[in-house]
Amino acid sequence: MPAPHSLKTTNDIVQNGAIYRTTGLTKVYGEGPAAVHALRGVNLEIPTGELVVLLGPSGSGKSTLLNILGGIDRGSDGDVFFQDNALSEMDDRGLTAYRRAHVGFVFQFYNLMPSLTAQENVELVAEISPAPMKAIDALDLVDLGDRANHFPSELSGGEQQRVAIARAIAKKPTVLFCDEPTGALDSKTGVTVLKALQKLNKELGATTLVITHAAATAAMADRVVHFADGDIREVIENQIPVTADKISW
Amino acid sequence: MLRDLWRIKGQALAIIFVIAAGIALFVMSSGMMIALEETMRAYYERHRFADAYAPVKRAPNHLLADIRNLDGVSTAEGRINGGGLVTLEKASAPVSARVISYDPDAASPINAVYLVEGRMLRTTQSDEIMLLKPFADAHNLTPGDSIAITMNGAQHTFIIAGLVLSPEFIYALPPGEFVVDAGRFAVLWASEEAMEAAYDLDGAFNEVILTTSRNTNEDGLIDDLDRLLAPYGAVGAFVRADQVSNKYLTEELKQLETMGVVMTPIFLGVAIFLLNIVITRLVHTEREQIGLLKAFGYSNNDVGAHYLKFVLVIALGGALVGWGGGQYLGRLLSGIYQKYFHFPFLLFNPEFRTLGLAVLFSAAAAALGAFSAVRGAVSLSPAVAMRPPAPPHFTRGNAFSKTLTRILDQPSRMILRRVSRQPFRAALTTLGIGAAMGLAVMMRFNMNATDYMLDISFNIADRSDVFVTFAEPLSETTIYELSNIEGVIYAEPFRASAVMFRNDRIEHLGAVTGLPENPVLNRAIDANLALVDIRGDGIVFSEQLADILEIAVGDTVIAEVREGRRPTLEIPVTGLVEAMIGTPAYMTSDALNKKLKEPNRASGAYLKIDMAQRNKVYDKLKSMPLIAGVSLRREAYYNFQKMIDEGPGTFRRIMMVFSIVIAAGVVYNGARIAFIERHHDLASLRVLGFTKIETGYVLFGELALLAILALPVGSLIGLGLWVYIADALSTELYQIPVVFKESGLGYAAIVVLVSTAIAGALVQRDIMKLDLATALKARE
Ligand SMILES: Nc1ncnc2c1ncn2[C@@H]1O[C@H](COP(=O)(O)OP(=O)(O)OP(=O)(O)O)[C@@H](O)[C@H]1O
Ligand SMILES: [Mg+2]
Repeated sequence: MPAPHSLKTTNDIVQNGAIYRTTGLTKVYGEGPAAVHALRGVNLEIPTGELVVLLGPSGSGKSTLLNILGGIDRGSDGDVFFQDNALSEMDDRGLTAYRRAHVGFVFQFYNLMPSLTAQENVELVAEISPAPMKAIDALDLVDLGDRANHFPSELSGGEQQRVAIARAIAKKPTVLFCDEPTGALDSKTGVTVLKALQKLNKELGATTLVITHAAATAAMADRVVHFADGDIREVIENQIPVTADKISW
Repeated sequence: MLRDLWRIKGQALAIIFVIAAGIALFVMSSGMMIALEETMRAYYERHRFADAYAPVKRAPNHLLADIRNLDGVSTAEGRINGGGLVTLEKASAPVSARVISYDPDAASPINAVYLVEGRMLRTTQSDEIMLLKPFADAHNLTPGDSIAITMNGAQHTFIIAGLVLSPEFIYALPPGEFVVDAGRFAVLWASEEAMEAAYDLDGAFNEVILTTSRNTNEDGLIDDLDRLLAPYGAVGAFVRADQVSNKYLTEELKQLETMGVVMTPIFLGVAIFLLNIVITRLVHTEREQIGLLKAFGYSNNDVGAHYLKFVLVIALGGALVGWGGGQYLGRLLSGIYQKYFHFPFLLFNPEFRTLGLAVLFSAAAAALGAFSAVRGAVSLSPAVAMRPPAPPHFTRGNAFSKTLTRILDQPSRMILRRVSRQPFRAALTTLGIGAAMGLAVMMRFNMNATDYMLDISFNIADRSDVFVTFAEPLSETTIYELSNIEGVIYAEPFRASAVMFRNDRIEHLGAVTGLPENPVLNRAIDANLALVDIRGDGIVFSEQLADILEIAVGDTVIAEVREGRRPTLEIPVTGLVEAMIGTPAYMTSDALNKKLKEPNRASGAYLKIDMAQRNKVYDKLKSMPLIAGVSLRREAYYNFQKMIDEGPGTFRRIMMVFSIVIAAGVVYNGARIAFIERHHDLASLRVLGFTKIETGYVLFGELALLAILALPVGSLIGLGLWVYIADALSTELYQIPVVFKESGLGYAAIVVLVSTAIAGALVQRDIMKLDLATALKARE
């Protein structure tokens, strides 16, 4: 069944400034009868500056798509454009440079360096960015200024995730990718993390892509992409996103 | 278990190589020792190698009956042993020779020769000789050829009946040399008849050789011999242990033993450490499985046995590879030995004794290395095991590290914090790399020391071109004659006299060297390269000799001269010097001659010659009847260098490879483990936009830091090893100078850093292949 969004509307968006565009993007793991088709020809456009939520059942290919857009994996076929650049044509060096310059990541498991303090974890990324914000400012944005000198093992899960977010935004990324940022957190802590994300999206204007299993999160998005079985099922534009503190699951 | 092994195959292999290196050294040195010792023992026994020697000037044959009656003597023979010069048409320089009387019909001769080619002498044919085979080979002489030799001033020509080897000349060192050169020293065995005629010893002998009965008191026997033979010009009897060839052979055995004893534990120690960290790591990653197994009812013993089996496979691998390598190296070494030590046969056999020990050592090392890790696995309770390990905990550290870290970038901080969080492991890694460097340093210092010794001996102490010894002390007219030879630039006489030194009850058979007051060619040099001050009437002792005699400056030493009129002298000790080679004692020639009441006599001379005219000089020397030996110093120098390069040089190259194995093994293991432990972090860094090189820095920076820390550690280990080895290898024959050259450290540092880089490159491949998506999954 074809996706219910038309190419025409997508073209409108491109004129409005799409930051990502994929055409016929597929991803196949393995070969032969054991092959897994994780993405089956995805056509997607993401407008600049939006907060997009990706929903869908487990194994539907959300992470695969996010990884390809984030430049840490490649599709098997099809094109991926970031602004005017074809990510699908870039070599490893190009992708590294792309991630370094434009992409902020927030992972489900935080992935902080255990040997560095909160502030140092943020500085780790700031050091390799051309025009970063001050680490302490980034931590203040996620309300963790007072925990700057703590090591990850001394922080709660939610705090670690907020450090991870501070780390992702410290470089003032063009895009922010969050793969289940609240997956390991309880609802209340999750909301503080989502609040932080929303605030950053508004204040920094970074296009933000969030994968989540908490459907309620969709309420805060500008756009909700429903994923199923390796393709887009439905894209819903949200005219009036709610603030994150109205959400719970 | 096989799957486990496969998973860490690189590391297992690295450990196997380190164990194998240690075992190979052990197998090589102990196997070589066994081969040499057994060959030597069998050879000595079968050919009745003499237990004692007593050279005299001239003793009548009937005296032998008295000697045989001495306490402890089993059999005794009198023989004529004379010096000579062989003149060969092809070789222009005269060649020193030793000619020994031999009775081919003796039922069981002492020091029997081993016939290799041709036939034995015939009593009836006094114009025949047997010739030492290595010399014959060096000059392409075969049975049937003739050879001319000057003995006691007259030239004789002999037919070569056979080529032989002798237990007396396994290491055929010409007098006055310290390295063998087969072509420059001839040993001949002639009939008694010919020898009596040549040396004017009708019905007499000039040397007794004898075998002793079991449990003989050697000191007593030597005293008896000296007393009995004193009226016949005894020089001083000596036992087998002081026989030159035997002495060098036993020294060599001692060196082999030292090498094996020192080196093997170093390698095994490193292997123990490597196994420890690898198995600890393995247990760590498998703790969940261990918990499951235990929950299913496997006993502690089952779990322990699983890891022990694993460790033993590595140990067995190391033992077998090492044993095989040791066989190969042993063969290589025995080939080199046979160039310098002439045995009828020398087989480096696969020794199953060493195989057993190799397996034992290696298993012990492995068990030791794995012990704590396996105990850790065994003692894990199932519940604890199945919980993930506690997250690593870092602390801020003290004020000093705060200021230090402030100036560093984050990746460098990660490196420092990791090192300081596991100081013990970091220290062990440093120690392991340091051990590798220590080996390289030690070998390099060893080489520097030999070069140094050679340089001192041949370029500073003895600057002559030719060294000539006389058959007996000659007057200075001979020196004058020598300096008048066309092509001789300068001739410097020396006087040497065999003496028995006595201080109270201590005695030592040695020699006094008399030198000109201001020597030019051959100078007495102390260990600090200063000229030894020999003036006045006193004697200057080497410290080594003074130690033996327990004598000090100001004391008077008794010197019983063992030649000429055999006077007993009392000489004041006026100085001590630290000698490098031997245990010399110096006087001025004048003072010595005066004491001997033989003014203006010389035992030989050092010559400086015009190399362009050397053949003329050699021809002239050949025609001078009273010259007993001619040694070419340049050739001796080159021979020494060649020998050093072949023997110790080969050993050094082997050690060099082995130290690379250790360093690379330690670093590779360290890097692999660091990679496994941190690949999640590393992948995260890559995702965050760090390049492969930057990511590699986080991993290798740590190793590079440890490798750099290892440099001073390795220097110290190397110094320590070297001081120990130099001491262990120093003998009465020569002192190994403990010289240090910074270049030795630099060289070793390069070895270590290059192996670190190689090991690093192997692991960098893993970083290249790092799957970035793993960063997003849960930690292992
Ligand atoms: N490395 C891989 N090798 C083989 N198959 C893979 C691999 N990674 C993902 N897959 C498969 O691709 C499909 C899509 O996986 P993906 O991780 O994108 O799902 P997802 O939508 O993120 O699911 P979840 O919500 O559980 O995270 C799944 O069927 C998965 O099994
Ligand atoms: Mg996913």
